[in-house]
Amino acid sequence: MADTDSLLAEALQAIKSSGDEKSLEFLRVQYLGKKGSLTVLLKTLGQLSPEERPSAGERINAVKREVQEALEQKKGQLISAALDAQLSQESIDVSLPGRRQSKGGLHPITITIDRITQIFSSAGYDVAVGPEIEDEYHNFEALNIPSHHPARAMHDTFYVSPGTVLRTHTSPVQVHVMEGGKPPFRMICPGRVYRCDSDLTHTPMFHQVEGLFIDENVSFADLKGTVVGFLHAYFEEEMEVRFRPSYFPFTEPSAEVDMGCVSCAGSGCRICGHTGWLEVMGCGMVHPKVLEMSGIDTSVYNGFAFGMGVERLAMLRYDVSDLRTYFENDIRFLQQFN
Amino acid sequence: MIFSVEWLKEFVDPEMELQSLAEELTMAGLEVDGLIPVANNCTGIVVGEVTSVVKHPDADKLSLCKVSDGENSFQVVCGAANVREGLKAPFAKVGAEIYSTEDEKPFKIKTAKIRGTESNGMLCSAEELGMAEASEGLMELPEDAPVGEDVRCYLNLNDTSIELDLTPNRGDCLGMLGLAREVGVLCRKDVLIEEPVRVAVTIDEELPIEITAVDACPRYLGRVIRNINLNSESPGWMQEKLRRSGVRSIDPIVDVTNFVLMELGQPMHAFDYEKLEGGIGVRFSEPNEKLVLLDGKEVELTSRTLLITDAKQPVAIAGVMGGLKTSVTKQTQHVFLECAFFSQLAISGKARSYGMHTDASHRYERGVDYQLQHRAMERATNLMLEIVGGEAGPITEALGNLPEPRTVTLKFASILKFLGIDIEKAEVLDILKRLGFHLVQQTADELSIEVPSYRFDISIEADLIEELARIYGYNKLPQTAGLASQSLKSLPESQLSLSRLQHQLVALGYQEVITYSFIDPGHCKLVMGEEVDVISLQNPISQEMSVMRPSIIPGLLSTLSYNENRQQDRLRLFETGLVFQKEGDETVQSTMISGLIFGKRNPDNWSNNKELSDFYDLKGDIENLLGLAGGSEPISFLAGNHPSFHSGQCAAVKSGKHQLGHIGALQPVIHREMGFNGPVFLFELYLEAVQSKQLPRIEKLSKFPEVSRDLAVVIEESICSDDILSTVREEAGEFLSYLRIFDVYQGDAIAKNKKSIALGLTWQHPSRTLSDEEVNIIISSCVNALQDKFNANLRN
Repeated sequence: MADTDSLLAEALQAIKSSGDEKSLEFLRVQYLGKKGSLTVLLKTLGQLSPEERPSAGERINAVKREVQEALEQKKGQLISAALDAQLSQESIDVSLPGRRQSKGGLHPITITIDRITQIFSSAGYDVAVGPEIEDEYHNFEALNIPSHHPARAMHDTFYVSPGTVLRTHTSPVQVHVMEGGKPPFRMICPGRVYRCDSDLTHTPMFHQVEGLFIDENVSFADLKGTVVGFLHAYFEEEMEVRFRPSYFPFTEPSAEVDMGCVSCAGSGCRICGHTGWLEVMGCGMVHPKVLEMSGIDTSVYNGFAFGMGVERLAMLRYDVSDLRTYFENDIRFLQQFN
Repeated sequence: MIFSVEWLKEFVDPEMELQSLAEELTMAGLEVDGLIPVANNCTGIVVGEVTSVVKHPDADKLSLCKVSDGENSFQVVCGAANVREGLKAPFAKVGAEIYSTEDEKPFKIKTAKIRGTESNGMLCSAEELGMAEASEGLMELPEDAPVGEDVRCYLNLNDTSIELDLTPNRGDCLGMLGLAREVGVLCRKDVLIEEPVRVAVTIDEELPIEITAVDACPRYLGRVIRNINLNSESPGWMQEKLRRSGVRSIDPIVDVTNFVLMELGQPMHAFDYEKLEGGIGVRFSEPNEKLVLLDGKEVELTSRTLLITDAKQPVAIAGVMGGLKTSVTKQTQHVFLECAFFSQLAISGKARSYGMHTDASHRYERGVDYQLQHRAMERATNLMLEIVGGEAGPITEALGNLPEPRTVTLKFASILKFLGIDIEKAEVLDILKRLGFHLVQQTADELSIEVPSYRFDISIEADLIEELARIYGYNKLPQTAGLASQSLKSLPESQLSLSRLQHQLVALGYQEVITYSFIDPGHCKLVMGEEVDVISLQNPISQEMSVMRPSIIPGLLSTLSYNENRQQDRLRLFETGLVFQKEGDETVQSTMISGLIFGKRNPDNWSNNKELSDFYDLKGDIENLLGLAGGSEPISFLAGNHPSFHSGQCAAVKSGKHQLGHIGALQPVIHREMGFNGPVFLFELYLEAVQSKQLPRIEKLSKFPEVSRDLAVVIEESICSDDILSTVREEAGEFLSYLRIFDVYQGDAIAKNKKSIALGLTWQHPSRTLSDEEVNIIISSCVNALQDKFNANLRN
């Protein structure tokens, strides 16, 4: 039995000092393989007396198990040490920036038009677009602005040729839609418009979204609800809104819409000119003449229209102070919206 | 329109605070633009009388005065040239405070030593009181000014001017009379309107008046006033009322016509009677007529300009401006006064067409009360006789076609229908009556009113409803959700939204920009060449913004330039929008989606190489973009031509037979001209063409294995890879599932002017495994076809 004990001690020592999986495998073969020393030892049991055999066999098997366990444990240790080494070797600086394409983005005017469009689309409004070089009839006459009208002077129109203009508002798109369709109508018309005016607060090109709602029995109360609902949705804030009588040739009654300043909550600041109110849009009940000219039966249908300046809404929403920055397209300005 | 509250109170006292009045006006549609105090705020300034003046002992330009406040006498040092014994002027006593603007601290008057002499107080100029922009010398008060009275009281300076921004429909509020009527309605108070006083006619001289343009000039009143004395000044009260209305005092005649304009809203004109040759005519201009106007400008009269003439020539553009030759001067002794009603249609746009805008044209364009002329004429004559004396002749009246009074009917039911609320009948009647509408008829369901002669903006029921809503208060009207029948609309899937395309470009690193639709013609020519038929503006804002863009590319290049000048060395930009071109007589407006890449392929990064972008970077992005359409038609890129692009690096993009647009490298001449420091590649595609999408068509997946083969051929370098691919596709049979180019080689290993293209082919049969023999036969036929068509050799 002394053989067995010394063999065990030797094996355990060898396993303990083994440094890699390969030498460990060699030791397994050396002790437990078909010709391994413990296997050989087991085969010598036959030489022992029948009385001695069971205990000797048991002893050898116990040693075999012990060696087996020692091998497995060692193997586990080696694998985990190797993994540790790999992990540590493969560590990287995760704070280094990733490889990627530059960051793209939409222009703030597009972002604003998209938001407006989504709000109205969700209420069932269609989106219509139209030409920017427009005939005077669609830009003016069909909207109850005859040639002698003082309102024409307010529009500072660009002319392409006599009778052809750059549209001064997106309302002509509504005329096109009414001429080509049948009521009810629910639509908004976003797009570029042009006026011959350029200073700190005017650019000769800007963007409008105009809306039209034509149905049976539409009232000024519906207009108020729609405008207030829109402003609350767009600014995500239930600010006060007031309607001031105004004048547009294509609506009657007409109103200017002021909302409580989103910057100072109505207490007065630079943005609202210390009035607490911000003028944000114009609106009104569509003038019966406008409907009639587009072939709509005013004994059945009526409705409202509204229009807003996109630049203005974006300026209020994002606190942009200079209108002209929108069209300078300085990438450092634009990327702040991404 | 600027008016003073104190003047308003002579007609109607709203009995409310200034801020409330301003709020009421604004909320009634007469938007208040500003409140302007008529003078600086001050305390301790009284009417002072200069009792003696001697020269200051130690200063040439200063005087030593004694000034009385009625009780005491003060020694005051004064530098004004007009100081003299007996003069009455505003006197700021020691302790007085003058505020120059509202927020600043006051200027306090203290006892001071000026050049060694004590001065107890200050005699003031109009400027110091805030009653003039600039003034010379002391403000001279009338001889009867009560010495010692507080100047603010005496001059009625506790007053504010209100500036209104009136909409063009409210011409009736361009005078105190109309404004007072409006305020009367708002505060439900009666308005005091005095009956006009008729002037005693003392001479019988008249000028005949003949109206030829009977629709344009429905009424013309004239009157001769003889022997006036123009060596007098308008009275202080009138000058002051005019000043508070933003009108400068000129001379008594002009002041009177301006005063009547401000008080009643009626424009008037005075001619030098002796310079008129014969009777007055009102007619439209004839060809080649000219007139030198009051401001010295000679205008060539365009057709259909309404004129006032004498027997020989035009003497005024009706309703706009008088002529210089017949104008009133210091030497004028006799005047002919004009007070007319011209129709809106006749005057509208006329002043603008001559580059002018006058108080008269502003009012006539918006409509003047056609019943006002007699009243205005009497008022003006009265004032003139008071100020400049003279003898008045009778009023001569000529009539054309006066407007018929309009009657408008309002159904009571319409109020609820349009406003969403019922307004009590009694209130409706009260509002309409106060607005001056005369009730013609009333039934249980409706009422008819006659529109007063001063309201040109009321002709249909909706106009009356607006008036009711306005006076009732827009903000008292209800607010509802705007119900409409629900409608579920079809959602087109065969149309990519613009937004989807935009977001794809954003994901590819592009920044959207918005550039002006009008561009510089020189820049346009550089980028687009000479051939493009551009559309020019007739009245551009500047030369640099004078032609409509025929392409988005010029704007993108300008934007690139702008940003490169601000140290940006790598950019990816895109824009969508209309471009404009003439095709024959037609104006073609197409929506494009365009973009550019500039500089390095990748943004600066610790691990990137610094390679520059090339054509294939852009092409990859475009393939990516066009891939959204789902491959309804095969996309092809063929060598193309475009004035902005490098002729050797430009592709025309097609989907089947449809032209989608162009992509390519910027043309080297433009590149050099614009001085870019890096490669520029551009694309411009027709939006509509790239939006059409096909619904996905799903095929069953095969369970059988794929077979792949590689094939490398050497061909002339000028042969397009696309031609190779289509030949292979034709030969490779219906089970070819995938074809790609995995290598292109040019170099030492093959002959000069040749290139090697390596293709990867993959087949898959839907219902069985393809055999090697089958595939080998296909490969052979591919090789043969390539040899036949392109003289291609297999590469070893």
